[in-house]
Amino acid sequence: MRHILRRREIVADPWRYLGEELATGDPVIVPLSELRADREHWWSWTGRLGVRLKPADDVRDLAADLPRLDLVAVEFPNPGDGRGYSQARLLRERLRFRGELRAMGNGVRQDQAFLLARCGFDSLETCPGVDLEAVRGALTRYDVAYQPGAPQVELRRQRFFA
Amino acid sequence: MYRYDELDQALVDQRVAEFRDQVRRHLAGELSEDEFRPLRLRNGLYIQRHAPMLRIAIPYGLLGAHQLRTLAAIARRYDRGYGHFTTRQNLQLNWPALADVPDILAELARVQMHAIQTSGNCVRNVTADHLAGIAPDEIDDPRPYCELIRQWATLHPEFTYLPRKFKIAVTGSAEDRAASEVHDIGLQLRRGAQGETGFTVRVGGGLGRAPAIGQVVREWLPLPELFAYLEAILRIYNLYGRRDNIHKARIKVLLKSLGLERFRAEVEAEWQAARSAAPQLIPAEVERVRGFFRPQPYETLEDCDPTAGSEVSFKAWYRYNTRVHRVPGYRAVFVSLKAHGAVPGDMTSAQMEGVAALAERVSFGFIRSTHTQNLLLADVPQRALYEVWRELAALGLAMPNVGTLTDMIACPGLDFCSLANAGTIAVAQQIQRRFDDLDYLYDLGEIEIKMSGCMNACGHHHVGHIGILGVDKHGEEWYQISLGGSANGSTALGEVIGPSVAQHEVAATLERIVETYRDLREDGERFIDTVRRIGLTPFRERAYAAHPAAA
Repeated sequence: MRHILRRREIVADPWRYLGEELATGDPVIVPLSELRADREHWWSWTGRLGVRLKPADDVRDLAADLPRLDLVAVEFPNPGDGRGYSQARLLRERLRFRGELRAMGNGVRQDQAFLLARCGFDSLETCPGVDLEAVRGALTRYDVAYQPGAPQVELRRQRFFA
Repeated sequence: MYRYDELDQALVDQRVAEFRDQVRRHLAGELSEDEFRPLRLRNGLYIQRHAPMLRIAIPYGLLGAHQLRTLAAIARRYDRGYGHFTTRQNLQLNWPALADVPDILAELARVQMHAIQTSGNCVRNVTADHLAGIAPDEIDDPRPYCELIRQWATLHPEFTYLPRKFKIAVTGSAEDRAASEVHDIGLQLRRGAQGETGFTVRVGGGLGRAPAIGQVVREWLPLPELFAYLEAILRIYNLYGRRDNIHKARIKVLLKSLGLERFRAEVEAEWQAARSAAPQLIPAEVERVRGFFRPQPYETLEDCDPTAGSEVSFKAWYRYNTRVHRVPGYRAVFVSLKAHGAVPGDMTSAQMEGVAALAERVSFGFIRSTHTQNLLLADVPQRALYEVWRELAALGLAMPNVGTLTDMIACPGLDFCSLANAGTIAVAQQIQRRFDDLDYLYDLGEIEIKMSGCMNACGHHHVGHIGILGVDKHGEEWYQISLGGSANGSTALGEVIGPSVAQHEVAATLERIVETYRDLREDGERFIDTVRRIGLTPFRERAYAAHPAAA
């Protein structure tokens, strides 16, 4: 059973990725290419539906599908690839996505957690072996910030507002 | 200068705690070197040839005397009693121990300093004109805007993992003393028709492997839109900048591949679409920050000639190492870090303490670092100049060569840097020895030499009137020489004159080049103007004439 950090709690992940063991009606996360290839099928999936983005995917192409999506998973292949931070802000601020926004992949570590949450991620899925308690602890490393940010992190003070 | 409030202080303190934990995890084996590297780089810590190197931020080059004293104390306690001022107005310590770095950062935090984002693929220290606030040709003081940008960029949630480093400079004068055209973003302050503040925005300048001059993406950006527009540029870069090749990852490459028109269209569209979610720059906040940069409480004085009747060496120092001030009765004084025999930009703890004390006595307690690797006392009453000269001379900081050939910029090179091909320090000293006659230097007039030990161009060689680049040839150090570069106003990239020369030939080759200038210059013509007028050929012919064996 995979565990993730969701809204600051460590919980069992109810979602399955396409390719994992899957029963009809299970919440499933499919790659964007799969959703594109068989849109009708996935729109009529009986369970909750999520999509998984790669760093080079253009999130703005997702606008038409967002009403059907309960989750968007954004992949961080390594800690240095920061495209997912912009994808997250675009999803939250431009496309008004209100579902679960998940950061996943090898780039999701405790030292990125605070910034990820500030960009609007409300769930973090780490690679096996990463200490989720440490990731949770890292969400409160800072209680001040200069920039406006997502409500996933509570701040005591902030300088600039949107 | 800007003073931290509770928020600023908490943020820096929390960054120290975070970095202390990161160092602890690394030393405990929980973070591998590969995992630790991007974390330490974002806090200014390199692992160099001999030891770690810590780059401490001096935002837009402004220091209080108490801060310079703290730097002196840190250099003495944790290093070997000196530091190195860089072309980005920062200070580098070359010998700290990794385990001590968290304590160094904690000491810096106590005087409102830090090393946040002085390296790594993020927004770096914002730089400005070292004559900000005192230059007669200034439209507006750039430092409040630098400070606002510093805050906006610090631990930015979206832009901390960019494709590559990102440098921003702000200039407030007609003469661009901040080299803004060779920055990823160069902001030039402007006044609108109603006197309102705005910027001309240039993007895509930079040195390094493929040097480029910034292009105007927006002629006029009103001040309240500053953050929104920066975010639009950074977002386009973050999403579309190349990440597959470190040498093609700067924003200049993206701009070139899209073309200026398309790049501009992307940025403008993103700006319009993102405005409602971008941080607002409200007038009250701008005023709060501007309030920290008000003019000093100057005395009412009249201009005088402080050199009247005094010795020749003071006159030379006055002429070369001081500059005109906006306020009558005052001068700006360069503290030369280019004494012959010394390492360009290096300063001992004792020298730092001496300058801090001097600044408190005669310059309102402030010191500036310049991108030419000198310091500046910006507000010295003319009547105190003689005393200041005597004290600086006693400290070894009155070499009257500012703006001349030996006031050269040089990176630390092979002696410290693990990237370098070449021992720039030894070459700098070779040049100092060759050109040790002040009268000869003065006859040559204004010449900027900029020297880098490798392609990364930390010494800005592309924009030197004379640029020197160290290259490796079969394990030997050779030096490529270029002419005609410039970074202030009419920005231009220098052109390589021919084959590189052996290390021991550098100063002699330079001498043949400047002799060519002496022979061919017109009355009062500066070196750079002669190069522009007659082209490279006469210099090339003479530079190599004596040494057909140059490879």
